[in-house]
Amino acid sequence: MAALWPLLLLLSQHLWACLALTLPDEPHDGPPSVGFDASHVGPSVDLPGALRVFSLDYHHVQAPFEIVLWIMLASLAKLGFHWSGRVPAVVPESCVLIMVGLLVGGVIYGVRHSAPPTLSADAFFLFLLPPIVLDAGYFLPGRLFFENLGTILWYAVLGTLWNVVGIGLSLYGVCLLVPDSLGDISLLHCLLFGSLIAAVDPVAVLSVFQEMHVNEQLHILVFGESLLNDAVTVVLYKLFESFLRLPSVTGLDVLVGGCRLIVVGLGGFFVGLFFGLVAALTSRFTSRAQVIAPLFVFLYSYLSYLTSEMLHFSGITAIVTCAVTMKQYVEANVSERSNTSIQYFLKMWSSVSETLIFVFLGVSTIQDIHMWSWPFVCSTLLLCLVWRATGVLLLTAVVNKLRRNAVTFRDQFIIAYGGLRGAICFSLVFLIDDFPKKRLFITTTIVVILFTVFVQGMTIKPLVELLDVKRKKRALPTVSEEIHSRLLDHLLSGIEDVVGYWGQHYWKDRFEQFNKKYLRRFLIGEHHQARSSILRVYQELERRDQQGDEEAPPPVDPRPGGRPLLPEEMDSIRRILSRNLQNFNKKQTPAYSRHTLHQDATAKTALHRHQSLPERHTCNRSTLCPQRAEGEFSKSYRGRARLSRSHTVCSASPRRSEPPDSVDPTALNPTLPSDPEPAEEQRSPLHRAPIETATKKQLSFVLESETRQ
Amino acid sequence: MGSSRSSLRGVPDGQQLLQETGCEPERSGRLGWFCLGLRSEDLEAELSENPIGDRIVGAFFQPGQETVDFPSFVRVLAHFRPTEKNWTRDGVQPEPANSRNRKLKFAFQLYDQDRDGKISRTELLQVLREMLGLQVTEEQLQSIAERAIQEADLDRDDAICFDEFRKSLEKVDIDHKMSVRFLE
Repeated sequence: MAALWPLLLLLSQHLWACLALTLPDEPHDGPPSVGFDASHVGPSVDLPGALRVFSLDYHHVQAPFEIVLWIMLASLAKLGFHWSGRVPAVVPESCVLIMVGLLVGGVIYGVRHSAPPTLSADAFFLFLLPPIVLDAGYFLPGRLFFENLGTILWYAVLGTLWNVVGIGLSLYGVCLLVPDSLGDISLLHCLLFGSLIAAVDPVAVLSVFQEMHVNEQLHILVFGESLLNDAVTVVLYKLFESFLRLPSVTGLDVLVGGCRLIVVGLGGFFVGLFFGLVAALTSRFTSRAQVIAPLFVFLYSYLSYLTSEMLHFSGITAIVTCAVTMKQYVEANVSERSNTSIQYFLKMWSSVSETLIFVFLGVSTIQDIHMWSWPFVCSTLLLCLVWRATGVLLLTAVVNKLRRNAVTFRDQFIIAYGGLRGAICFSLVFLIDDFPKKRLFITTTIVVILFTVFVQGMTIKPLVELLDVKRKKRALPTVSEEIHSRLLDHLLSGIEDVVGYWGQHYWKDRFEQFNKKYLRRFLIGEHHQARSSILRVYQELERRDQQGDEEAPPPVDPRPGGRPLLPEEMDSIRRILSRNLQNFNKKQTPAYSRHTLHQDATAKTALHRHQSLPERHTCNRSTLCPQRAEGEFSKSYRGRARLSRSHTVCSASPRRSEPPDSVDPTALNPTLPSDPEPAEEQRSPLHRAPIETATKKQLSFVLESETRQ
Repeated sequence: MGSSRSSLRGVPDGQQLLQETGCEPERSGRLGWFCLGLRSEDLEAELSENPIGDRIVGAFFQPGQETVDFPSFVRVLAHFRPTEKNWTRDGVQPEPANSRNRKLKFAFQLYDQDRDGKISRTELLQVLREMLGLQVTEEQLQSIAERAIQEADLDRDDAICFDEFRKSLEKVDIDHKMSVRFLE
């Protein structure tokens, strides 16, 4: 906790800075301005006609300055949260951020006696929401998502419809029961309110669930639903809003509304698909300007969002589709560093956005314009819970008959309980046309959001543990698991083919063939190999082993004691290596390894390091071996020996005890046995094997350098 | 392959087959009639694009047989029925074809073509080669096979026996993965 104090100090200074700068302000009533305050010019001394040594012109930098201050405040709060000891275990981050927002809002209100700046709907929808959704879409576990897509759509579309209609109608019933205070809320208003309050919010769900590590299927169901219900929400909200403006509503209008739902959903999907493919195509040509490759990913995704918002389609669907579509092609096309940049930037932006959203939710709660009504607020809360629970139960009962993996009752409870509302409802409620009871709606929305985020958000983690919901498997996949899984995939698609059953594997197979034949050829540059998942897992594990990653599965044991190599094994190794040496210019992917001789991948590593000479000294011991074989093999033998000598001098490895001068081409073989490296019985058959030609000498040199340490 | 109505009457030993495999008579009968005298070429035509197609084909045929008859066909397909959750192991009944163990055994036999009870390094390499095709170099294949064997091989005999195979797949939901719903 000691580390918290400087942070708190920083935070409070920050607060005062914010206040001071926004202090001389004209009071403004009613909610959103363009998101941030308009403040007056700061102090400036006005000497008539004289040059000033020091002057302050705040007005000039006002807008970006304030934006940066708010972002800084939010980020410092997030930092403080993570340093604050036991708090992260109990309270989810979103709660703490809202509390910080409440605090800041309260302070500003107390000082200025007017409402603090609120989250404007435009700023939210255009700037704060897209990064989060893009991040979610890019890191979506594709396979799991598509396997459960039917169930997700079922929950998203039907579940949301059920909730909206249920909540709307029951609220209208409540209003009829309390006619004196709530009498002027019409049915359409109730339905409108229902449409915005029923939607599960992806931001809130994400922030709570990612700390929980429930099993992946449950996670993807809740999360997928929160992403895809945006289409339904958008349609219903706009529908009811336009109904409110119409003099009367006919059946035809309802039908049109239904068609609009399909159009909005599919429209968003196709817009996203289009931009995703264009982005993939563009990334194919970025090999000469790799630095801006990540920019294309962001630009195209944002463009897809804006385009679909322009056409009144579902922006979230568009951006998710775009991200999912372009991911595999972009990852294959751009360099490793660009991939890392993309991932880090996405994480950073979405993190900042999320933090800002929650802080502003807190700040915006402090308002002048609340209108309270006990029956309305309480019944809304109750109805939200009740309708969601019944909806989930009913829908799951139906969908379990069609699924292979049934959704258990515990999972259902978590799905129902994890339906958190968030900033989307908040922004939508501000956008309603003004009518007498609008302030009531705003207050109720805020209460519902705070309730779900605080109460449900804080209690869901203990509930998960209490109910013993299946958690995520923490271990990394092993290569053998991956191989066998792929075999089973092929097996199942084969069996389905034989039986004539167009099951999941069949369609997946079909898509993969289409992908390979057309899409990949068109969208991925020629130099980039297609990588099977087996290869990816293997390379990932090797990379982790090499970096000494703690999370990696324990590196496979080099066989203890090591049995001496049989001559035929030696031959095969030699053959492999010679083939390798001839082809080294064409090889692409290095596969780092420090393991056995059989993994001649070290030779390849050597050939890549050839290009990265300055990094020599930073390599750890396990990869020092390849460097001894570094350099062109076409050079003379002595030349290489020289290279190795210089290596041994600067590498300063404790095991390299060969004196620098004794390296001598003809004497290389005989000096090998004198190398005091212990327990190298694998090497003894090495130099005893007849080595005649220069090529083979080179090989033995290479082999010797690659022996296990 | 299409499907057509047929009754159990035309199927030899229908009742016994039902008991052994658990496949419903009408359902399996639908698949049945064209399977009489099925040859490997017919099956291969279906599975030409599948990387391990020839192994799947081989799994249907008993060693030495040229054609597959209906009961064998159904016996193989019975492995892919979804598992009943409440089947308990009692020593009396023989293990049903769709238990997790039998499914794993079927998969194991796809690797183990020479039926010696172990997946040797060469057998693993062959499967890898078929699955990964031209995507990887020979050396990478060797490395991958090496790593796979080292991960799974507990008794250090440089081959994967059935128990090791089963152990390495303990985290994978075989019951879910190796089921075709059609065969309920």
